[in-house]
Amino acid sequence: MTYSVRSATVRFGSTVALDDVTVEVPAGSVVAVVGGDGAGKSTLLRALAGELALDSGTVQTPPKQRLGYLPASSGSWAALTVTQNIDFVAGIYGLAGDELAARRAELLDRAALTAAAGRLAAQLSGGMRRKLGFVMAIVHRPALLILDEPTTGIDPVSRIDLWRLVSEAAASGTAVLMSTTYLDEAERAAHLVVLDSGRVLVQGPYDRVRASFAGVITQAARPVRADWAWRRGRVLHEYWPDATPSDPPAGATTVAPDLEDIVIALSLARRNMVPS
Amino acid sequence: MTGVLLRAARVTRRFGAFTAVDDVSMQVQPGEVVGLLGANGAGKTTLIRLLLGLIAVTSGRVDLLGGPPDRERRRRLGYVPQGLGLYGDLTVRENLSFSAQAYGAAVPALPPALAPHADVLVRALPLGAQRQVAFLAALAHSPQVLVLDEPTSGVDALARAALWDTIRAQAEQAAGVLVTTHYMQEAQQCDRLLLMSGGRLVAQGSEADIIGSTTAVAVRTEDWARAFAALNAAGAPVMLEGRAIRVADADPAGLAEVLKAAGIQASLQPVPATIEERMLMLSRQARAS
Repeated sequence: MTYSVRSATVRFGSTVALDDVTVEVPAGSVVAVVGGDGAGKSTLLRALAGELALDSGTVQTPPKQRLGYLPASSGSWAALTVTQNIDFVAGIYGLAGDELAARRAELLDRAALTAAAGRLAAQLSGGMRRKLGFVMAIVHRPALLILDEPTTGIDPVSRIDLWRLVSEAAASGTAVLMSTTYLDEAERAAHLVVLDSGRVLVQGPYDRVRASFAGVITQAARPVRADWAWRRGRVLHEYWPDATPSDPPAGATTVAPDLEDIVIALSLARRNMVPS
Repeated sequence: MTGVLLRAARVTRRFGAFTAVDDVSMQVQPGEVVGLLGANGAGKTTLIRLLLGLIAVTSGRVDLLGGPPDRERRRRLGYVPQGLGLYGDLTVRENLSFSAQAYGAAVPALPPALAPHADVLVRALPLGAQRQVAFLAALAHSPQVLVLDEPTSGVDALARAALWDTIRAQAEQAAGVLVTTHYMQEAQQCDRLLLMSGGRLVAQGSEADIIGSTTAVAVRTEDWARAFAALNAAGAPVMLEGRAIRVADADPAGLAEVLKAAGIQASLQPVPATIEERMLMLSRQARAS
């Protein structure tokens, strides 16, 4: 089973939040969406979750009871305990009694939250609260799991825990679409989608994104064209969209681009070529 | 020693029976960007509060700009907390004017990207723009020392590069910069890294020095879903990496046995750990001891 949005366009007033976006999320894989504020990540996730209407395009998504969604806000109730939060959501999906108790115990264990079961959500660390949100999104064994920035602003150990939970869901056959601002997470996904101002800059497995990148990136203390350059540590990197690795800009030191370089280069190309 | 902007010499801080910072020595020189890494509870925030003079040391000594971190020296310091320290109910211009007055500095001019937002309430701005305002507010009085708490968390790659350009410009003008972070992308922008765990400074130097000989294991197999389930059930810290499986803080022989018992053919390869995996390993060790 593959879930998807196809040729999706969403407008809010005069703002085009999604502009002809097609993304597929196959069962058993993690698709990661990267991009900054206003890139359209949350809009794409909400579109696939059926939370908003498209201006044009189509959405293929499972019925609500087969869908799990973790919004960018915490996704839990601060005044309820961890157990109460899980039981409340499970109840909506008709989980009760022994079945609920077993499922709850299993998920708490996997998320390393068992010791915190009786704590109010308000008293959890940021990382624990995101893990609770994850548990609540997956308690009913959804076919499609949509996670809006599950790892933003949390500690590295919780981040690794969350990646394990996400991986576990995919390995057991769930289709996962998640957004992130961390490019190392996107590199780890089976398929990554880079959004910028509502459009797909590039998508595919990381190896293919890297292989299809056109142009050359150079490094220097001072850039030749400031509006094509960006900071990497003590040096600046600069993008030459029309150069080729066999014919680089004269006298320049070329670098092997990583995903950070590729995303910035493509964003700059879009800004520098589109009249604002 | 002359020229050291920020220094901790054998600094310890206890809260009751709990030692939050344990015998830490470190320094920041003019012109360098130093990254302070550590998981939650590693002692980063307490160390920063000690360096800023917001709390007192239990033992050891802190020097900010050549002396104790008093009010007069703190005037020459710029600080951007993780929560940004802006007033959401004031406009961009009002926030900048307030902080400039507090430091007795001129109100900074708005860069072109922020100019259209001058009279917008800060809480109505996107996070990337809020971060830019916080930087402007912290830099208006040309501080000699800049302390930044996860400066680029949650912003996109292009905005992140722009913020790092600003940070680097300060260092080029001989300011010393201390950045707390637990993200690889921020750590890679620093000249030098310090790694804390359990209140102690456990490693320092380049990214390679921090990771040291720590490895993770890459598991490649046709049967990735079953391999993942088997390793996960055995309690290994597993994650997917494309269609491969990555296991942090593990011994390849032990993993090979788990896979063999499950009848799965796989190749196992030790690979250098990431900074996060190094921190996971340290925090598991701390929990075990």
